[in-house]
Amino acid sequence: MCRNTTVRCGWLLALVFFSLLVSATAQQPAEPAHNEVVIKNAIVMTVTHGNLKNASVYIKDGKIAAVGESVNAPASATIIDAGGKYLTPGIVDSHSHLALDDDVNEATSPVTPQMMMQDAFDYQDKAIYRALAGGVTTSLLLHGSANMIGGQAVVIKHKYGAGRDAMLFPNAPRSIKFASGENPKRVYGSRNELPSTRMGNFAVQRDALVQAQDYIRSWDDYNAKVKRGDKDASPPKHDLKLEALADVLRGKLMVQIHCYRADEFETEIAMAKEFGYHIRAFHHALEAYKVPEKLAAENIGIATFADWWGFKQEAWDAIPWNAVMAMRKGVRVAIKSDSDDFARRLNQEAAKTMRYGGATEEEALKMITLNAAWIVGVDDKVGSIEVGKDADLVIWDGYPLSSSAVPNKVLIDGDTYFDRALPGYGMPHYSEGQ
Amino acid sequence: MRKQVSAFSGQVARSRRRFSLRGAQFPRKSRTFETGLRLLAVLLCLALASFAQTQAVVLKGGKLLTVSHGIIDNGILVMEGGKISAMGAAASVKVPKNAKLIDVTGMTVYPGLIDSETSLGLTEISAESSTNDRIELSDEIMPHMHVYDAFHAESELIPVTRLNGITNAIVAPDSTDTLPGQDSFVQLAGPSAAEMLLVRDIAMPLNFTGEQRRNESWEKRKFPETRMGMAAQLRQAFLDAQDYQQKLSDYEQKKADAARDKKPEPSAPKRELKLEALLPYLQGKKTIVLAAEGPSDLETAVRLAQEFKLKFVLNHISHSRAVLDYVASLKVPVIVGPIYEAPKEYERFDAVYSLPAELHKRGVKIAFASFDAHNSRNLPYQAGFATGFGLPPDEALKAITLNAAEIWGVDRELGSLDVGKTANVVVANGDPLDVKTDVKRLFIAGQEVPMTSRQTRLRDEYSTK
Repeated sequence: MCRNTTVRCGWLLALVFFSLLVSATAQQPAEPAHNEVVIKNAIVMTVTHGNLKNASVYIKDGKIAAVGESVNAPASATIIDAGGKYLTPGIVDSHSHLALDDDVNEATSPVTPQMMMQDAFDYQDKAIYRALAGGVTTSLLLHGSANMIGGQAVVIKHKYGAGRDAMLFPNAPRSIKFASGENPKRVYGSRNELPSTRMGNFAVQRDALVQAQDYIRSWDDYNAKVKRGDKDASPPKHDLKLEALADVLRGKLMVQIHCYRADEFETEIAMAKEFGYHIRAFHHALEAYKVPEKLAAENIGIATFADWWGFKQEAWDAIPWNAVMAMRKGVRVAIKSDSDDFARRLNQEAAKTMRYGGATEEEALKMITLNAAWIVGVDDKVGSIEVGKDADLVIWDGYPLSSSAVPNKVLIDGDTYFDRALPGYGMPHYSEGQ
Repeated sequence: MRKQVSAFSGQVARSRRRFSLRGAQFPRKSRTFETGLRLLAVLLCLALASFAQTQAVVLKGGKLLTVSHGIIDNGILVMEGGKISAMGAAASVKVPKNAKLIDVTGMTVYPGLIDSETSLGLTEISAESSTNDRIELSDEIMPHMHVYDAFHAESELIPVTRLNGITNAIVAPDSTDTLPGQDSFVQLAGPSAAEMLLVRDIAMPLNFTGEQRRNESWEKRKFPETRMGMAAQLRQAFLDAQDYQQKLSDYEQKKADAARDKKPEPSAPKRELKLEALLPYLQGKKTIVLAAEGPSDLETAVRLAQEFKLKFVLNHISHSRAVLDYVASLKVPVIVGPIYEAPKEYERFDAVYSLPAELHKRGVKIAFASFDAHNSRNLPYQAGFATGFGLPPDEALKAITLNAAEIWGVDRELGSLDVGKTANVVVANGDPLDVKTDVKRLFIAGQEVPMTSRQTRLRDEYSTK
């Protein structure tokens, strides 16, 4: 069976191993049952329809069932008195590398779209908990930027202690990570391999996409032959790598591109047009302020840093006004962490946009909730406090868009996963040794 | 420190008549900083020539956060000759003639912030080695490296940093050597490096965090690849310095004897720069900045310092929660942070966040540091974050102003709004510790500093496109 490649055998073995893993995880603690919950006496920052003072949120089956000054909830519902504190949607981190135990780059080839982040996801990594304690409820775990095409991402909910499968965001769309610029050229250039220049970078990317076009054509030809009743038709080889790239061209994968420089945005946009796919977002995008109209015209979002700069040459022109300057020209902007550290205080990072460029409170909050959710492709499920959305909520000690705010409680799908008042780690669904 | 982010990766000026520090008594610090301060005095006089305030400036109507004596609403602050010459409630202060009057109603006015450890002036672009002068890795014992020899006064990072109200900083070498060299205390404005380097060789880091081990890989390993090696190497260095000191004093004695006996002068011992650099520290004249993270490293490092009677302050101790009473018993200040240091696996999420508050509760004097260069501008937000975990806000502000000035022995000149101190003054539209607060005006030695940087220039260039 394994006549083509031993690699394929490896994948079959991996599949077998994977199914074993799944059966093993089934014995982990079940996800807690959803109760009916009312959070009352909160300043509800809805993100989409302003702030509601002294308001309540009624949660049923893990979803937001009602929001308002008064809500119709059964007397049996558990009451959480927010004591006049602020309530926001859970923070969405649209660019994270936590819980991957450094398995972020398969840096053995610049094109590895068949790498599945889900296979490396370490659901016990405490970084998930520490970000949760900072109010993060959803993260897009992306590949690194060693490769031009790194692999396919996974979307998680920070339900620390609930087990692996419970942490995978249900029905989240698939994303693939592309990169550009200094990192790929440094990794391969240092080995005297292609690519070692930006010319090489884009040649590698273009070549991979051409192969994907050929792959699609060979399958189309085969399928047409089968349809015509050609009994001699033999199927092309199933190629995981090209299958993934074909899905890019088929529009089945959202393309997330690590890209710093303005000229590279333009090259990436031209290439997307040439091959007929859409770019969901540029990540880092520190020079978005130079060409914001061009990103807005293509409906490309950005996931950027608030004020990080100077760490490498392509971050030298980074300015902290980037997010707001791009936003004012119609770009959908998210502030992301790209680090286990920033992930713990994205609220502060978002608040910086109020200072640098004068984002409103709602605009700032959107950058770590609804806009970030759009980049991940889950804005219909999370990112704002609206009826029908997942009950991913944060009660804050202090004003969330400030230096000193700390999450008091964090709920995901209506269950409390972090409670600052609890001893130990502050997690109702986790204890050491679990 | 901060995890590599990408996944791939990863003037004080002074009156011409008399410099206030010269010949001053040092009641709290004894001789510790005297040498440094003498140098400071000389430098400050130099600074005066080219970075001097020519016209008196009056800030009127602001909320003065003095740090040393409370808050004055609707206050007046007068800056003359680079100093704060008068201040107080509006009605009580006489405004000098011909002064430039600036209405700062609705603004907060506070002393310039002090970052107690940065690499400002030693780095430009982190990943570009040609722009970095942060550490000599050829040896672990490098006390003769002087930050002032590399300090790049024209760094683009400096205006970026001061736009957030940071006016002074300790510049230290990177922490990957046990003795990486000596720190300088700088002012973030001035005509050139000479004037900005307020105190050269103000202190010396001694790093004992394990990061200094040469155990990168099996192939590249070399001595010292363990903490035992680090400690032995440090001990030997200080013993060598003691011997060197003995040799020098023996020579002085012989020279004096020879002069007395009218005999030929004895030959001087060979100058050893490394050992020479350690002498002021062995003699307790200057301060060692003792860096450790966990309890065992902390105790080993402290024992070593005590063995050689070194005068020290503590640095980091981010994972030493279990021994904070011991820390308090040492009765030395602590440079805390960065508050963003990740907790250990076994630690609660807020183990590091709440450390400043826990130290303050035990009566330990703390100062914050960014331990960074590009992100030094975010120093006040660390202090603000600590208030979310129980540090009183006025103590948080103190930890980036007066406490830092006291720890570095420059509190007669800096760290608070007081008459006679250098006029390093920040005018902002809110709480100094909050991320949303925008610094509107900045005065360094009474001179208004333009609110521009490479970043504002890029902003303006692309805003008009």
